[in-house]
Amino acid sequence: MDELTKKQLQAAACRVRMGVVEGTYHAKSGHPGGSLSICDVLTYLYFAKLHVDPKQPDMLDRDRLVLSKGHCAPALYSVLAQRGFFPTEELQHLRHIGALLQGHPCIHIPGVDMSSGSLGQGISAACGMALAAKIDHAAYKVYAILGDGEIEEGQVWEAAMFASQYQLDTLVAIVDNNGLQIDGKLSDVCSPKPIPEKFEAFGWHVIIMDAHDFDSIDAAFQEAETIVKKPVAIIQKSTKGKGISFMENQVGWHGKAPNKDEYEKAMAELSAQLNELEG
Amino acid sequence: MAEIQKKATRESYGEALRDLAEKYPKLVVLDADLAAATKTGIFKKAYPERFFDCGIAEANMMGVAAGLAASGKIPFASTFAMFAAGRAYEIVRNSIGYPHLNVKIGATHAGISVGEDGATHQCNEDIALMRTIPGMTILNPADDVEAKAAVEAAIQYEGPVYLRFGRLAAPIFNDPLTYRFTIGKGITLRDGDDLTLVATGLMVSEALKAAEQLETEGIHARVLNIHTIKPLDTELITKAAAETGLLVTVEEHSIIGGLGGAVCEAVAENQPVLVVRIGVKDMYGHSGPAVDLLQEFGLCADNITTVVKKRWKRSK
Repeated sequence: MDELTKKQLQAAACRVRMGVVEGTYHAKSGHPGGSLSICDVLTYLYFAKLHVDPKQPDMLDRDRLVLSKGHCAPALYSVLAQRGFFPTEELQHLRHIGALLQGHPCIHIPGVDMSSGSLGQGISAACGMALAAKIDHAAYKVYAILGDGEIEEGQVWEAAMFASQYQLDTLVAIVDNNGLQIDGKLSDVCSPKPIPEKFEAFGWHVIIMDAHDFDSIDAAFQEAETIVKKPVAIIQKSTKGKGISFMENQVGWHGKAPNKDEYEKAMAELSAQLNELEG
Repeated sequence: MAEIQKKATRESYGEALRDLAEKYPKLVVLDADLAAATKTGIFKKAYPERFFDCGIAEANMMGVAAGLAASGKIPFASTFAMFAAGRAYEIVRNSIGYPHLNVKIGATHAGISVGEDGATHQCNEDIALMRTIPGMTILNPADDVEAKAAVEAAIQYEGPVYLRFGRLAAPIFNDPLTYRFTIGKGITLRDGDDLTLVATGLMVSEALKAAEQLETEGIHARVLNIHTIKPLDTELITKAAAETGLLVTVEEHSIIGGLGGAVCEAVAENQPVLVVRIGVKDMYGHSGPAVDLLQEFGLCADNITTVVKKRWKRSK
């Protein structure tokens, strides 16, 4: 990836993070921690990878993305707004009565390919989409983003078996491995580790990626495209709360909105990052 | 009188899927390792490339069906009612119902007529569960003719549909030449002014038999076939309540939350009359031959007649 593209993506990701802070602040609730850990991969996908058209969100041959860890909707909404699927002002109404943007992804929102949020379910829907592509010999790809805590759900492994059985090689599952879930560290709750080995054992091709390095992200998705007859799991090593100093690696920021003071501090940090990238 | 032919509605289901596959190219079928029992195996044999076994993993199967529907397919996801409505309930609610996806759930082995397998597999709660999901259509056909028509109606309808089929061979009483199925429209099979038997599924033919028995005693029972539990034909039921008074609901399902519950809700708000519910009375089933179980649980013409004679007098 050339330096200019990388810088542009970094700047876009910074704006996506600002949208996450904006959204959760105005909603007075939501999940900033896990949203911030997937901003870079979402930015890469929507700005450098996915075949999508904001003017035709239901285009039949579009690539699909299912946010299986649906509580991180603020990140998805933010990137969709940045990409032009709906006005960025909508982020300020996140979770409000009568608003377009529901607390968890809803299929009726432009650009959202599947309702999700009850953990473990999105990956199955993504399997169905990839199967439909296979039946139709269509070229579109299907991406699913899962939380590392989410994979404690048994349904994920039912889906993992299915994807492998039907050789769904147009399916890429991204596991956001930030190591934290609501009740604490993965290893202190009910550990799903080792994660790469589990997916390998279920017949998937596994790639490890640095979630906050666009060279690593680009390399991972390029490798994913070369894999045939196997689904691909990208385990992204991420930092919960990435980009905002006082949120990073703090489990308390899993499901808590910033107050006014924290909001201003977070936005100031992100503005400084953006200035540096674009200055 | 010619001998009445019988066929299990699960068999009708499998045959209908096969027979409609060519007409509806978007139709695909999923099963969870029960194709031989749900009869989707009939479809699989004819269209193996459109059949996908999900293994013993009903939750994932429902999610896969949702994804297929979101990508333009018309998936039928099949397993026993216990697992379709019970085990996978939350996936059906959140991944199919909430996005209102065009998934058809073909649930077989509903009710206690599962027989020898016993209580774990006798699902008497599926209608109640599915009724609570906003936008879910629930079809419970009574015989071969109706079951096949229901499958096609479900395909033509855009949105989630739960179809309930049985294991036990059911008498075929509808005429395939004249039968018309409309989602949400009940059928008056027999007229009468003294009371109304409101029946669904396997119990419709028992209700017809009971009406004949009652006729010999001078009691004129109306018989309604409510093949669509949701949306309920409130108009037809309210009209019957107004014209006959006493309603007796008959279903192979718990008396809680199924047809009986739905009818009570409808008449309580529109045309209050006495409603007596015949069904499984807040209890589990157990092992035994299906026909014997139906007798034991009072899901038969003789018991319907007995109940009517007891309650009808009292209501007048």
